Amino acid sequence: MNCGSDKVIYMDNNATTRIAPEVLEVMMPFLQDCYGNPSSMHTFGGQVGQVVEQARAQIAELLGADPEEIVFTSCGTESDSTAILSALQSQPEHRHIVTTRVEHPAVKNLCETLDMLTGHKHRVTRLMVDADGTLDMDAYQEALTEDTAIVSVMWANNETGVLFPVEEMAAMAKDRGILFHSDAVQAVGKIPINMQENQIDFLSLSGHKLHAPKGVGVLYVRKGTPFFPFLHGGHQENGRRGGTENVASIVGLGRACQLAGEMMDEENTRVRALRDKLEKGLLASIPKSILNGHVENRLPNTSNISFEYVEGEAILLHMNQHGICASSGSACTSGSLEPSHVLRAMGVPFTAAHGSIRFSLSIYNTEEEVDFVLEKMPRIIADLREMSPFWEG
Amino acid sequence: MWEYTNKVQQHFMQPQNVGEIEEPSGTGDVGSLACGDALKLTIKVDENDIIVDAKFKTFGCASAIASSSVLTELIKGMSVDEAAKVTNEDIAEALGGLPKEKMHCSVMGREALEAAIADYRGVILPMAQGEVVCECFGVTDLEVVRAIQESGLRSVEEITNFTKAGGGCGKCEDRLRDILQQTVEGLSKKSTPVKEQRMTTLQKIKKIEQVLEREIRPTLKKDGGDIELVDVDGDFVTVSLRGACAGCHSSRTTLKEYVEKKLREQVVDSLIVEEEK
Repeated sequence: MNCGSDKVIYMDNNATTRIAPEVLEVMMPFLQDCYGNPSSMHTFGGQVGQVVEQARAQIAELLGADPEEIVFTSCGTESDSTAILSALQSQPEHRHIVTTRVEHPAVKNLCETLDMLTGHKHRVTRLMVDADGTLDMDAYQEALTEDTAIVSVMWANNETGVLFPVEEMAAMAKDRGILFHSDAVQAVGKIPINMQENQIDFLSLSGHKLHAPKGVGVLYVRKGTPFFPFLHGGHQENGRRGGTENVASIVGLGRACQLAGEMMDEENTRVRALRDKLEKGLLASIPKSILNGHVENRLPNTSNISFEYVEGEAILLHMNQHGICASSGSACTSGSLEPSHVLRAMGVPFTAAHGSIRFSLSIYNTEEEVDFVLEKMPRIIADLREMSPFWEG
Repeated sequence: MWEYTNKVQQHFMQPQNVGEIEEPSGTGDVGSLACGDALKLTIKVDENDIIVDAKFKTFGCASAIASSSVLTELIKGMSVDEAAKVTNEDIAEALGGLPKEKMHCSVMGREALEAAIADYRGVILPMAQGEVVCECFGVTDLEVVRAIQESGLRSVEEITNFTKAGGGCGKCEDRLRDILQQTVEGLSKKSTPVKEQRMTTLQKIKKIEQVLEREIRPTLKKDGGDIELVDVDGDFVTVSLRGACAGCHSSRTTLKEYVEKKLREQVVDSLIVEEEK
C-alpha cells in the first residue's frame, strides 16, 4: 500500500509517530533471521534474550530507573490497566481511587468499569481542572483518604500537553502510604524524567509515541512495590507478564529511548520553537482563535487551538486536502456526540470546543512545513466561517 | 476516519447555495452551537407556491454541510407541498448514503426545511410542541416517534444516530427505550401487517438496500467484507458476498444468522436470503 507519507505534513504526533529509521534498522534482524524465542535453552534463542535485556537497560537509562523495574507490555493501555488493577489486588480492603477528569480513556474508562472487573464497589474521585487545565492541589490533598488504594494521574495531557505536578503529588501520596501511578505516555521522550528523583510507583509508556513501533509498551514498577500480573502465563518478565516477548519491537523501543535521550535538547529547543512559531502565527492571523491549556506549563510539541464558530471535523477535512494531519476535540471526530471531555472539564465553551484542533509536532517537522500550515489555515477557517450561521464577520 | 461517499465529499468541498436570502419567504433555524451543528435555511417562494431559491448557512461537520447543500439543490424548483414531503432519507439518499452515526445530519436538514415551510405558511411547527425527552440536545418525543416510524429504528443506539437524543448525558435512555417499545408495538398492531402485504417488489428492494447500506454493510466492512444485492424475487433475496466474506468458512452463518435475521426484522419477516451461486 502506498500511503503517500512523503506528501503529508504530519503534525499529529500525540496520536502516533513515525518509526525512526535508526529504530527500524535495529529491529530488522529480529523480523528476519533472528527469530529465536528468548526463553529457549539453545544459543539461537538465548542470544535474543540478551538483546531484550539490552533494550531494557536502554529504557531504564532514559527513565533513570533500574532495568529490573522495567516490565514490557503490549501498549500504554495494558500498562495502565496492569498498574491500577495490581494496586487494587494488593490492597483488597482499599476501595478508593483518585484520578482526574482529563485522563486518557485508558485510565478514564478503566475507572468507570472497575466494579465490573473486580466484583467490588469502588469510589472514584475525579479531580477538577481550571480553565488552564491545571489541577487544584488543595482538592487533591483533601481527596486522599485512609481508604485510597491508588492515585492515577497523567504526566502530560494528550490533548493540550498540559503537565501535572506528578512528582509533588506522588510525594504527597507516599506520605499517606498510598500508591501512585502516572500515565506518562505523552511525556516520556519529550521531557526529562528521572525516577530516582521522585516517588512514583508505577509509570506507563508507549512505544509508538516516541518513534518506536505500535504494539509495545512499558510499565515501570518501582522496586519493592507489591505487584500482581495482569496477564498470567509463562515466566517471562520474571513472572510479571506472561506471553512471548515482542522482541523486534522491544529492541526498537530500546533504541528509540536512546535516541529520545539524545534528542531531548532538540525537542525542547528546535521543536518548541517551531511549535511556538506555529501557535503565535495562527493566533495572530486568525481572529477568534484561542489557545487551550496553560501557555508555559506544557509539552514542547503540543498546541491545542480553538477556532470559534467552526467545527473541527470540517477543519480537519479541509486541512487533509492540503496533506496536513492533525486532530480535533470536536464531537464529530470522536464518533460520540459530545466534544472532548478534556476541553469540557476545562470549561472551554461549546463555541470553541467543537472547533478545537490539536497540532502535535516532532523532530521530523521543518520550518517550511510550519510556514505552509500558517499559509493555509487562515483561508480554511475563513471559508468555513463564511458558511457558519454564527459568524458575524 | 469516516467513510464518506464521493457525493458527500463533493458537496462538502464545493457546497452549493451557501448564504442567506434577503427578505426570504421562510426561514428555518435549527440546532445550536452547543449541539455541535446548526443550520439556517432560507427559501424564496414565488406566487405559484414554487421554491425558486434556497440558501443555507451551516455550522457542523462534513456531513452536516453536505446534507444542507444537497437539500437546497433538492428543493429548488419544487412546490412547497412537494418540499414538505422531503424526508431525511431522501436527503441521505441524494448523498449516496451517510455513515449511520451521521444520519442526524440529514434529520437536521429535514427539520430546517420543515421549519422554513412552517414559517412561510405562518403555522407553528407540530414537532416543537412535543415534550422534550433529551435535554442535552433538545429533542422532543414527537421527533423520536417519527424517526422510529419513518426510518424503522429498532434500538436506542439507532435513535441516537438519527436524532442525537441520548447522545449526551444518557439520562433519557430509559425513556427512549419506552418510547421505542410503545411505538414499535403501535406499529405492529396497526400498520405493519397491512404495509407488509402491500409492499411492492420495488419498495422491498428499496427497503432492503437501506438496511444493507445502513447496518449490514458497515458491520461486514469492519471485518474486511462487503455485500451486494443481486436480485429480489418475491421473498427470495439473492446477495453476493464480497471481500473477506467471499469464501469465508462462516459466510453461511453470517448470511443466515445475521443478514437474513436483520432483513426479516426490518423488511418482511418471510424473506429468505441466499448467496449467488
